[in-house]
Amino acid sequence: MVTISAEPATGEISRRRLRRHRPTSRGSRIAYVYILPFFVVFAAFSVYPWLDTAWVSLHDVRLSTYHQQTWIGLDNYKNLLTNHFFWHAFFNTLTIGIISAVPQLCVALWIAHLLNHRLRGRTFFRVAILLPYATSLAAATVIFLELFNPRTGIIDWALHLVHLPRVDWQGSKWPSQVAIASIVMWRWTGYNALIYLAGLQAVDRELYAAAAVDGAGKWAQFRHVTLPGLRPTIIFTIVVSTIGSAQLFGEPLLYHNGMPDGGTSGQYQTLGLLMYQQGWTNDRLGLASATAWTMFVIILLAVVVNLLIARRRERRAR
Amino acid sequence: MVKNHANQFVNWNKVPNASADKAEFYPWKWNMASTPDGSDTVGLGTDTGPESICYRTDLLKQAGLPTDSATLAKDWSTWDGFINYGKQYEASATKPSGSHFLDSAASIFSAAVYQGNEAYDNASGTPDVENSDGVKSAWKYTTDATSAKITAGLEQFSDPWNKAFSSGAFAAVACPTWMMGYIQGQAGDAGSGKWSVSPVMPGGGSNWGGSWLGVPTASKHQAAAIALVEWLSSKDNQVKMWTDGGHWPSNQEAAADPAVSGATSAYFSNAPVGQIYGQIAGQMKIPPIGFYDTQIQNAITTQLTNIETKGTSPDSAWKAALDAIKQVTG
Repeated sequence: MVTISAEPATGEISRRRLRRHRPTSRGSRIAYVYILPFFVVFAAFSVYPWLDTAWVSLHDVRLSTYHQQTWIGLDNYKNLLTNHFFWHAFFNTLTIGIISAVPQLCVALWIAHLLNHRLRGRTFFRVAILLPYATSLAAATVIFLELFNPRTGIIDWALHLVHLPRVDWQGSKWPSQVAIASIVMWRWTGYNALIYLAGLQAVDRELYAAAAVDGAGKWAQFRHVTLPGLRPTIIFTIVVSTIGSAQLFGEPLLYHNGMPDGGTSGQYQTLGLLMYQQGWTNDRLGLASATAWTMFVIILLAVVVNLLIARRRERRAR
Repeated sequence: MVKNHANQFVNWNKVPNASADKAEFYPWKWNMASTPDGSDTVGLGTDTGPESICYRTDLLKQAGLPTDSATLAKDWSTWDGFINYGKQYEASATKPSGSHFLDSAASIFSAAVYQGNEAYDNASGTPDVENSDGVKSAWKYTTDATSAKITAGLEQFSDPWNKAFSSGAFAAVACPTWMMGYIQGQAGDAGSGKWSVSPVMPGGGSNWGGSWLGVPTASKHQAAAIALVEWLSSKDNQVKMWTDGGHWPSNQEAAADPAVSGATSAYFSNAPVGQIYGQIAGQMKIPPIGFYDTQIQNAITTQLTNIETKGTSPDSAWKAALDAIKQVTG
């Protein structure tokens, strides 16, 4: 970008031709210099840790005796994949991910659709929906813990009021997962709504007018104008929330007083928590590194599957 | 720590004042920071955590149970006696509704396990949970307590547990000296005079917590650092640690000082806490300790919570605990 704007407008064509023959012209060499800082940092803080984690994952390593590393090949991975703690955490991550991401994105889409219309106090609402995102995760989780407290929480009090049975939001599997998903939803719905809203600004307003002329109601407009117009944005948010869900960590950690076990029977232990527990609580850095790499592969696969489905749908839509 | 990194710390058996230093401390405290053969000691003791039971005199009285120290010294001297007393509390028609005798099964387990010849490790410091006499007897006492339903089933240090200190959801809790400060913090001024400290710890001495100060061999100013640690853990400073902070000394001379041994606590119904904890610290015997004790204990007490709150059978809880322990020991 910078190189192009720095060039004089004249001789554009000949210059391009030149560049094809001499790819290291002065301009593009400067471009490499410009992007160098990013790649230096990227190499130091991403590539090197990736490779080091892969190396550690092939060894029996204890955090307390880090320099005594015994080569064990793929044993950590074998241990992990035959370990019920891993599969337990894998399915917890999956279920919490689904019950938090799906409603979250649907609601965000609907909110964006509403806020896209002329509405009194529109700016206020647009700012308000982003506030949860700006709230500290720790503070939010502490408040939710109070709300979901099985003895003194307001939610069980309300259930009791309408003669519904009390729910153990901490000890039981599904209630605890729903509670954690609700923290995630509360925090991220507004953020996604804002991204959708930005995408909607790019949708031609005349399409709505034309649809209205054709007699399409709100819902029909939403389905036939908003949704197709937002397809690339929706795919982006799905990919980002898939990655976010796969790495879910802070909410379930704080939900059990900062302990990484995900409840007394691991009822909401996610892969992120398991990895942390293995490495920092259980002292097994090798196994934790294997979990880290396995998570990396799982996330890559999930993203690729997302994109493949999206592309197939797009092709079918054409 | 001692096993893996002893060579990175100054050995207190080899410092100029070694024999004078060693004589100051409880032998069990000194040994906890030493290699099994005693040749290498990595730190000097600061505080320790001799354990007793803290209890609510008002709740026990309301349940119609005796609270005088002569009766408790007799009834609470063994875990069986303590659990029996708890059963009477639960059976009482006048106890506050929703209240239980003990905070959690963990209060029994984590104290009783260290009263055996072995706790979580064998003599060489390697984890050996299944063959430990301490684990076996502690598990038996604990499951007796849970099947008699004398515990409130609260996870220690969780929010509901903290709140229970003032709400009265339990009447007794395992209580190392530092827990006295914790109780005052949670229950506040309103709890003053309602609490007391048991004259005996069921099953004998047990320790929970404590620290050491060491000097890294990498230090450039070892002699000065050694002198500083000796000064910090000296008698006078450990007396101050008790009078100002409520932490029990590991320095025997400090523990014998009248300011410590003669201490009473107004908050805890004027109980002679100095004399009580001094006696418990004096009868302490510490089984071999290992690197993963904290994690192993956590795995077991977590399963105890499942027995208490989810009705998990002791057998499957025990299996789940061993399973979780294997994740640590490998």
